[in-house]
Amino acid sequence: MADIDGARRRTKRVSAALAAAVTAGSMLASCAPGSGAGGASDTPEPAEVSTELTTEDVTLTIADETGFPLTDELTAEFTRQHPNITFDINRDTFQNLTANAPRLLASDNPPDLIRLPTIGETVKDGLLADLDPYYEAYGWDAWPDAQLEPLRMSEDGVRGSGSLYQLGLGYSVTGVYMNLELAAELGIDGPPQTMAELEEDLATAEAAGVLPIVAGDKDGVVNFVVQAAMNQYADQDEFLSWMYNEPGARYDTDGNVQGAELIQEWADAGYFPEDINSLDYFAFVSRFTEGGGLFTFNGNWEAATYQKALGEDVSFFLVPPLKEGDGHVAMGAANSFSVAAKSPHKDEIVYFLDWVHTDEEARQIVLDVSGASAGGDPDLPLPDAEPGSLAEAALEMSAQIGRENGQVDFMANTTAGIYSGSIIPESQLLVTGRITGEEFVQRVQAFYEKEVGE
Amino acid sequence: MTVTPPPRRLPGRRPAGAARGWLLLLPALGAYVGFVVWPLGMGVQYSFYDWNGVGQATWVGLENYVTVFSDPELRGAIGNAFVLLLFFTVIPVGTGLVLATLIRSLRSGAFSRASQTILFLPQVVPLAAAGIAWSWMYAQTGAVNEVLSAVGLGGLTRPWLADYDTALPAVGLIGSWVLTGLCTVLLLTGISKIDRSLYEAARIDGAGWWREFFTITLPGLRQEIAVLVTLSVIAALSTFDIIYTSTQGGPGRSTLVPGISIYRIGFTQSDVGLASAFGIVLMVLVIACILPIQRLARAGER
Repeated sequence: MADIDGARRRTKRVSAALAAAVTAGSMLASCAPGSGAGGASDTPEPAEVSTELTTEDVTLTIADETGFPLTDELTAEFTRQHPNITFDINRDTFQNLTANAPRLLASDNPPDLIRLPTIGETVKDGLLADLDPYYEAYGWDAWPDAQLEPLRMSEDGVRGSGSLYQLGLGYSVTGVYMNLELAAELGIDGPPQTMAELEEDLATAEAAGVLPIVAGDKDGVVNFVVQAAMNQYADQDEFLSWMYNEPGARYDTDGNVQGAELIQEWADAGYFPEDINSLDYFAFVSRFTEGGGLFTFNGNWEAATYQKALGEDVSFFLVPPLKEGDGHVAMGAANSFSVAAKSPHKDEIVYFLDWVHTDEEARQIVLDVSGASAGGDPDLPLPDAEPGSLAEAALEMSAQIGRENGQVDFMANTTAGIYSGSIIPESQLLVTGRITGEEFVQRVQAFYEKEVGE
Repeated sequence: MTVTPPPRRLPGRRPAGAARGWLLLLPALGAYVGFVVWPLGMGVQYSFYDWNGVGQATWVGLENYVTVFSDPELRGAIGNAFVLLLFFTVIPVGTGLVLATLIRSLRSGAFSRASQTILFLPQVVPLAAAGIAWSWMYAQTGAVNEVLSAVGLGGLTRPWLADYDTALPAVGLIGSWVLTGLCTVLLLTGISKIDRSLYEAARIDGAGWWREFFTITLPGLRQEIAVLVTLSVIAALSTFDIIYTSTQGGPGRSTLVPGISIYRIGFTQSDVGLASAFGIVLMVLVIACILPIQRLARAGER
């Protein structure tokens, strides 16, 4: 009896809940999600911009990722020079920040400046401030085009052209670090000048029982190596147009296939760690600092770490081209920040951004804290780096890539989801010989088509 | 039961009483609707749109659901979740039954209390932390391989979470490790409620340990087992934290589960519609697995 009563009560409760759900559902269905949000606003930016810093007291807010103290140091120096401007910096993990960025920017009280690795659909949704008026006003046309190109986006959502929506707090460059102690033991006396020489060095190390390339791929860092190989074979503009999502641009080009096949050969030859897929970024960095292998592919941001651990026994150089004397191609990117379209302090925050690129103290801070080049006008004096240090090598590499116009973006930045959704899992299969180079390239292309919707 | 209701007072009293009843229910109902029914309704609604979470949404009908069932990657994730059932449900409940029976046969004292506590301890560790700690133990130079080498099984050592064949079972065993304690303690409580005289009667009839287990212990624990199976099936099918902190779905897609896929699709690729559709499908799957269990348990009561 009690059981039946209970069952009846349950039925009633369930039907009440269902009724409520249906009502709620039908109420919701009357309006499509997102229709209340800003949408793609066509209101043109007021062209009135000022390059004069206000004398009023202003607090600027910055949303940045945890673990990167650069903004702390820069803002402290800025406030020292301009005491009426103070900063409020909120930090979240890279993952959380990138996942929440569109919602933060769309909120009523967005941060003035936000770390934004990929523009994604934020421009289409009208969330970012167009910096072109400032480009004119401050005369940023003196800065290298190749550096600002990836930070532009057209109205059709194609990167590489259109209005400027981001600037970098430091610009990175990637290359190869070599453990000089191991190199000396192996009789390798200098950085390889061609890819063929690099392969000889890899074979020499492998034959002597030294791990040729310290790499990890639990979280995708092996793609520094994968793309470094592709960069040498691929047509630079073609590769870039894919990363910029130009209509019809493809990833499955002959050059990319050749690069991926080279990685497959290296995997088969045992040039990567056996447990590569269980090594995350930190394990990958620390293994090289412990003398775990001859080469590692990484960026200028780790120069200080490697220098500290290995002292003078480490060098840093650009990935060599196929033929000696050809131009170098290397990944590099801005540590990109965007100004919120709704920010009430656009003039002030852009003044800060310009200051980071031009002020002597600021440029020194960018180098000292992040190991990156501050970018900006190439005619400005370079900040001081210790002679013979990795930091000095990194600055020179940045300058060389600038001169040779060889900077390409990271393919991980192509779309918001392509890195975790396709490049990481497929590269895990590639570096363990589960798929061929051609399959790798085709699978990433298929995912790209699905995400970009072509 | 009396058949004749007081004809006058009842119609007058009922609405007032009912109104008061609804009033008392309001806070709970409000919370339930606001935090469960409403978001669920929104999830259902989103699943019919192509929407990035911020901009304009486009109605796409059932397209997102078609994608969930036709995309081999997403189907693979569902398949992996069902493999995890073995590690999250079968192993912990099975082991829990054996351990609970063994502990029951121990004389109650310090040893039995200590073993209960130790078994329950993993339950205290947050799953995310368990995932990280185990990923260290499973590493090439980790504790698991050290133990294997020490006992002369060095040939078996491997980076367990990076090996395509062992990654999923290895991750599953983390779940077994966490859930076994809970199962043991709950089943032990269940056993203590079984009438002792049943065991005595069985023993007088000459029943052995196995006979006792199958005719008395197991039927007596039907309710507890149903609860544990329900909880652990949900844990298995909607698992996220252990995988996220240990393998993130790799190597390749060998440990990819729906939870990770939904998170990536929704928050990394900003495809809220597809993520919602996959979430709804996952919910339906979980309910489809749990309802028969509930029915079985209830059938046993009669």
